[in-house]
Amino acid sequence: MKILLFGIVQDIVGSSSIEKNLSREISVAQLQEEMLIEYPKLKDIKKFAVAVNESYAQENDLIKNTDIVAIIPPVSGG
Amino acid sequence: MKNISIKIAQEKLDLQTCMDFVTDETCGGISFFVGTVRNHTDQRNVLKLEFSAYKAMAIKEMQKIAEASIVKFNITKIAIHHFEGSLEIGEIPVIIAASSPHRKNCIAACQYAIDHLKESVPIWKKEYFEDGSVWVNSRP
Repeated sequence: MKILLFGIVQDIVGSSSIEKNLSREISVAQLQEEMLIEYPKLKDIKKFAVAVNESYAQENDLIKNTDIVAIIPPVSGG
Repeated sequence: MKNISIKIAQEKLDLQTCMDFVTDETCGGISFFVGTVRNHTDQRNVLKLEFSAYKAMAIKEMQKIAEASIVKFNITKIAIHHFEGSLEIGEIPVIIAASSPHRKNCIAACQYAIDHLKESVPIWKKEYFEDGSVWVNSRP
């Protein structure tokens, strides 16, 4: 599964996307936890949201290998 | 939809394009919100801003805001255009234009749309100062 990264998260990870292989479905909250373990510097930013298939996802939503997933740090458009 | 214009552009945004889109014979007023790049943040001089977007999702979120604005305020047309790329002081990152038969509706719709755009649309702003740069709103 490809995870798209934006803004400050792109700078922290050093890439515009990462690959992650899911052997089973995981929840949005689990993905957030795993990201924090793999990239501890994400703890320095405000809480980040997760988008699944181009919509904001809730903590309990499940992610499949075929979903389009993106990490959404606090937005600042306008 | 014929009454909604959504755009994320790498070219300079154009007020007249938004004006032309929302102009309608049934309307008695058009309201605009125009964002401009400010030259300072917390007393530090800003040199330029850079906007990046998750374009596919940003367009969907802008569309949702536009649809909600039409339902909520009973406006006739709305345009929400956002810039992506690098901007100098005074340039325009966002234009919202709305038209309605009576003025109160389009004015309220502009306020609603810019407030929600800032809350939910996946676009990020990086501020460049003389001594470095920051992603706005990202750190606690």
